[in-house]
Amino acid sequence: MEAGEAKSKKAGGPRLCCICNLRRPVLKRPKTLQQICRECFYEVFEEEIHQVIVKNHLFKSGERVAIGASGGKDSTVLAYVLSELNKRHSYGLDLFLLSIDEGITGYRDDSLETVKRNEVQYGLPLQIVSYKDLYGWTMDDIVKMIGLKNNCTFCGVFRRQALDRGAALLKVDKIVTGHNADDIAETVLLNILRGDIARLSRCTSITTGEDGPIPRYYFSTECIYSPNAYRGFAREFIKDLERLRPKAILDIIKSGEDFRIATTTKMPEQGTCERCGYISSQKWCKACVLLEGLNRGLPKMGIGRSRAGDVNGDLHNKNESKSGPTVKSIESRKQCGSLDF
Amino acid sequence: MQLTLEFGGGLELLCESKKIHKVNVDLPNGADDLTMKHLLAWVRTNVIKERPEMFLKGDTVRPGVLVLVNDCDWELSGQLETTIEEKDVIVFISTLHGG
Repeated sequence: MEAGEAKSKKAGGPRLCCICNLRRPVLKRPKTLQQICRECFYEVFEEEIHQVIVKNHLFKSGERVAIGASGGKDSTVLAYVLSELNKRHSYGLDLFLLSIDEGITGYRDDSLETVKRNEVQYGLPLQIVSYKDLYGWTMDDIVKMIGLKNNCTFCGVFRRQALDRGAALLKVDKIVTGHNADDIAETVLLNILRGDIARLSRCTSITTGEDGPIPRYYFSTECIYSPNAYRGFAREFIKDLERLRPKAILDIIKSGEDFRIATTTKMPEQGTCERCGYISSQKWCKACVLLEGLNRGLPKMGIGRSRAGDVNGDLHNKNESKSGPTVKSIESRKQCGSLDF
Repeated sequence: MQLTLEFGGGLELLCESKKIHKVNVDLPNGADDLTMKHLLAWVRTNVIKERPEMFLKGDTVRPGVLVLVNDCDWELSGQLETTIEEKDVIVFISTLHGG
């Protein structure tokens, strides 16, 4: 049968899209192995996303929603699909684009141009928040000070908080971020390789609470400061698997989803950072600890798991009686940067 | 044979940051048509200026590199056996780096 198929291809017999039977197929969906045309792909892709949104009750009418926009393909697709579905199915959402400028010369500048095009194309208001404004440091400055090692820790911690601060500026109820199946499968695999069962259980969730930073890609091209070889190998490995069996990637995600392992790990109690007012399970949030290290010329502060000499360790001893969540105060937030809330 | 080659998703960095290449490829000696297999070897020699391992693995593209021949995924046209014709547009996009 395979030989027969190959023959008909060689003879130039044009196959037709499995769904509409009208047009020339342009791709094979790894999910279903169907050969389908461009138009049918858009249709099933958008409809599947709509079904996921409805099934998981992701939004309520009247909500303000920020789309985390990096200028890369995933967030650009997300901006298009969500603004389209919002109109088509009358979700009643107020949508915004939210971008982070990490201050990486020659890298983020280009992708921010793409986001500005998205702003015009989809008519969505754009808010850009920069590390420079929030923290007083660009990633270029940070790398100059600490070198290439550990700079991803700073970038990741700052980004997660910057997204939330941008969300506060826009007064949105929710942030949505775009991820593709390859990313999620890679993250599942990395969490297994690291033995991080808590993150493994969380990383495939469709919504996240405020249970701390979730490491996620936000890059449109490979970051110039982090070739990240380990992740790179994991990515190549899953793409190799996919070549042998196209469904492999979705199956890895399925495995991740089904790994709901009961752990005895206590979820950290949520409070607010005493320094900036951002949510934190410690006295100081991770961003403030890192920032304090930068400003005091001790960039190793807050890196790694050691508690010795840690700001939170010190604070914890001094203020043991005064633990527990505090009310977010607007004034205390200002200290973290020059942005006005 | 006049062809248009396009590199995206970071692959353009391997060919002097130029995304679109208008090229002229000759048929290999004694062959009647140009296949993707031959074209990849030609691209490797004539277009890729650095780190060819980011583009090729073995005799084909690295997993994670999308190949489109006239806007159609080459998986549907026979991958390496795909026959290339005059004025075809071949697009290579890396999906390996972020989104």
